[in-house]
Amino acid sequence: MQKMKLVVIGNGMAGMRTVEELLKIAPDLYDITVFGDEPHPNYNRIMLSPVLAGEQTISDIILNSREWYAENNITLHVGKRINKIDRMRRIAYAEDGSEAEYDRLLLATGSKPFMLPIPGGDLQGVIGFRDIKDVDTMIDTAKQFKHAVVIGGGLLGLEAANGLKIQGMDVTVVHRNEWLLERQLDRTAGKMLQKSLEAKGLTFLLQKDTEQLIGKDGRVAAVRFKDGQQIQADLVVMAVGIRPNYALAESAGIYCNRGIVVNDTMQTYDPRVYAVGECVAHRGISYGLVAPLFEMAKVCATHLANFGIGRYVGSVTSTKLKVTGIDLFSAGDFSGGEDTEEIVLHDAVGGVYKKLIIKDDKIIGSVLYGDTTDGSWYFQLLRDKKPIHEIRDHLMFGQDSLGNTGHQGQDKASAMTDEMEVCGCNGVCKGTIVKAVKEKGLFTIDDVKKQTKAGSSCGSCVGLVEQILASTLGGGYAPPSTSKAVCGCTDMSHETVRQEIRTHKYLNIPDAMRGMGWRTPNGCATCRPALNYYLISTWPHEAVDDPQSRFINERVHANIQKDGTYSVIPRMYGGVTSPDQLRKIADVADKYAVPMVKVTGGQRIDLLGISRENLPKVWADLDMPSGYAYGKSIRTVKTCVGSEFCRFGTQNSTQLGIDIEKAFDHMWAPHKVKFAVSGCPRNCAESGIKDVGIIGVDSGWEIYVGGNGGIKTEVAQFLCKVKTAEEVIEYSGAFIQIYREEARYLDRTVHWIERVGLDSVKQRILEDAEGRKAAFERLLYALQGAVDPWAERAQKRDTHKEFDTITV
Amino acid sequence: MNHWIKITPLADIPRLGSRVINSAKGEIAVFRTEDDQVFALHNKCPHKGGPLSQGIVYGDKVACPLHNWKISLVSGDAEEPDEGHTACFAVKVEDDMVYLEL
Repeated sequence: MQKMKLVVIGNGMAGMRTVEELLKIAPDLYDITVFGDEPHPNYNRIMLSPVLAGEQTISDIILNSREWYAENNITLHVGKRINKIDRMRRIAYAEDGSEAEYDRLLLATGSKPFMLPIPGGDLQGVIGFRDIKDVDTMIDTAKQFKHAVVIGGGLLGLEAANGLKIQGMDVTVVHRNEWLLERQLDRTAGKMLQKSLEAKGLTFLLQKDTEQLIGKDGRVAAVRFKDGQQIQADLVVMAVGIRPNYALAESAGIYCNRGIVVNDTMQTYDPRVYAVGECVAHRGISYGLVAPLFEMAKVCATHLANFGIGRYVGSVTSTKLKVTGIDLFSAGDFSGGEDTEEIVLHDAVGGVYKKLIIKDDKIIGSVLYGDTTDGSWYFQLLRDKKPIHEIRDHLMFGQDSLGNTGHQGQDKASAMTDEMEVCGCNGVCKGTIVKAVKEKGLFTIDDVKKQTKAGSSCGSCVGLVEQILASTLGGGYAPPSTSKAVCGCTDMSHETVRQEIRTHKYLNIPDAMRGMGWRTPNGCATCRPALNYYLISTWPHEAVDDPQSRFINERVHANIQKDGTYSVIPRMYGGVTSPDQLRKIADVADKYAVPMVKVTGGQRIDLLGISRENLPKVWADLDMPSGYAYGKSIRTVKTCVGSEFCRFGTQNSTQLGIDIEKAFDHMWAPHKVKFAVSGCPRNCAESGIKDVGIIGVDSGWEIYVGGNGGIKTEVAQFLCKVKTAEEVIEYSGAFIQIYREEARYLDRTVHWIERVGLDSVKQRILEDAEGRKAAFERLLYALQGAVDPWAERAQKRDTHKEFDTITV
Repeated sequence: MNHWIKITPLADIPRLGSRVINSAKGEIAVFRTEDDQVFALHNKCPHKGGPLSQGIVYGDKVACPLHNWKISLVSGDAEEPDEGHTACFAVKVEDDMVYLEL
């Protein structure tokens, strides 16, 4: 079959991102030809500021090398400007006479700097700040001349000014407004910024209107303002804004209105012509930041690929300034109005200013100066329109007011030096991440995880990695949406997948994948375990539990160790054992020469270093049930001694622990689930850091939920107080069942509660008594008839060949 | 001289699963894909030596159970951006019996 022809006009970030997305999903659909008017392959335009500041070189910021175009069979024309499109004959013509026929045309012509229409604007030495040529001009000028004037105190202007200063020029920034970055900052933050930039040696002239540029021998020599003042200038950089570059489209008769008008599929009024990037006007808005361009690219690619799915519905954007040593973040509507509230923290001496604008219980804007640690968190709350009343009292102190482990308690990316370790699991330091982001052109947290491994193991440093990414990219960074796709095999979110499984009653993975249009024939190592869990938790006793879609630990019911051996932890209900059990464990340890016997944090005994072949034999000899210490499942119920022995004990915590562990035994869950029962408020069983923590008091039991003692210490929150042990089991069972049915796979209870809110959990457990009872009943039903996996495997050895090795 | 050794009936290797062979050349993992193709790799991840046989098999890849490196069953190469290679062995199915060339 003859391939269709796709011609892309514009060899920049938006156009090439669309091509990349297209190649991912439909690699063989088109013969692709790309025209770019710059002499370079696609480069990372947002990294021009670091290039000007001497922190990067041009070759560092190339995103797609010439080899990349060749490998993907893309015909690349650099340095060729298309000046005519014949839509009747479907041909694009370049100035040099070359031409290309198309079946589909993609316009990605970007934007151009707005040059003030003032006398002298055409003098030599008057430029914008848009491309590599401008940067080259600035660097060359800095070698010969001294005085630079930047007109415009916006993001681009300040970055240009900072770079020119570093190149050795005396720089004056001229701005019409009373303070800098008025579209990103309020007055207070703007003034703070000005002070720090003045400390770096920049000069500011505010509330100044430029009247004309005065030349000498054809080159600019001075800038005159309307108030008569005049300053010396050998170079003038105009950074007063950008304008979508749509002249070509307009000349071809494509409907434009301050940009090429597109619908939600990025299609223009000519159905064969699509447009993405800064040149478009989507719902009346043109975007000048990278994040929206990438969202557009993704949508556009699916339509070019004839999939006909995906809509672009606009973006909320956030801003960071890429000037080394200055931390600034702003998002949304930060100026507020009559019906908004503000939370402000201002430490003028410490150089920290934070303002959140709240309307109807939601964050609608934020400005952060000096400490931008929580910028992406606020931005996420803003984009997700999340109610904040539950966290309002500590909102200002950030997401991580409790420390993460593994990176020396550091929670400010900017305060770290390049050598400091960010990811304690994989030994990745800050410099490595920054280098990868800049040189490999990374834009998302997933890219960074893949390339550097930072944040890809325990995940505790992801917030920090995100900050580093955000401050390196500036405006190019878009935090991941909270309802993200399960994995690359589908665009569906976890919630949608769960809903589909319920609605269509899928009972096995192949049916579910077919029904939901999975892109891969049998998924991947990320989605299959999730799907398997969703199936069996939604349709207990009916859905097929697929062992090949479970992680090895759950397949062989033991925990794999670094050398490929396994650890065996038998159940000891409530952490109570007996001489008889201990003797059996000791005998097994002797018989199999177990290299290490260890007491676990959950009050059980661990036999480490058992080979796969020996597992069934060890289980048979132990004759104790599986402790599920390897699964996304109920782990242990940790208990204290309680009223039976302890002189302080008010309740029989040990017995309740045993009862709970027996009631919920064999329970699979989205992630591991840990309980604890303490017999008095001294809380020796550490109930405050468990998924469900129970504390006995004289008059009954208090139930706490959502605690976590792991990566990030999370204190469990009070759910309710009940009188009897039976009530504890019912209430906590209902809580766990709702978590099992609604949380995303690999969410601990704390993550799930964080998303749905403790209020809604309380409502369903405490106020809706019938709902609570029904949830508890569903849990009991799901657990009915569960068998001990160890006994089953030890007895039916023949049907479990996974433990055998074939010798040849 | 290499020769073909009879291993096991195909039915004894689960689809999207594997079996481990102990041989003179060390442990070899024999995988079976969803469409009944078989592949054999050295049972050692190029990263930290994890037993690939115990990983989750999908498409024509296996994810190592230790640190989730993705190894191609066809070439033995690690998926980018990771770099590494695991030795491959020839393997075939005849009359529902799996043979390995050693």
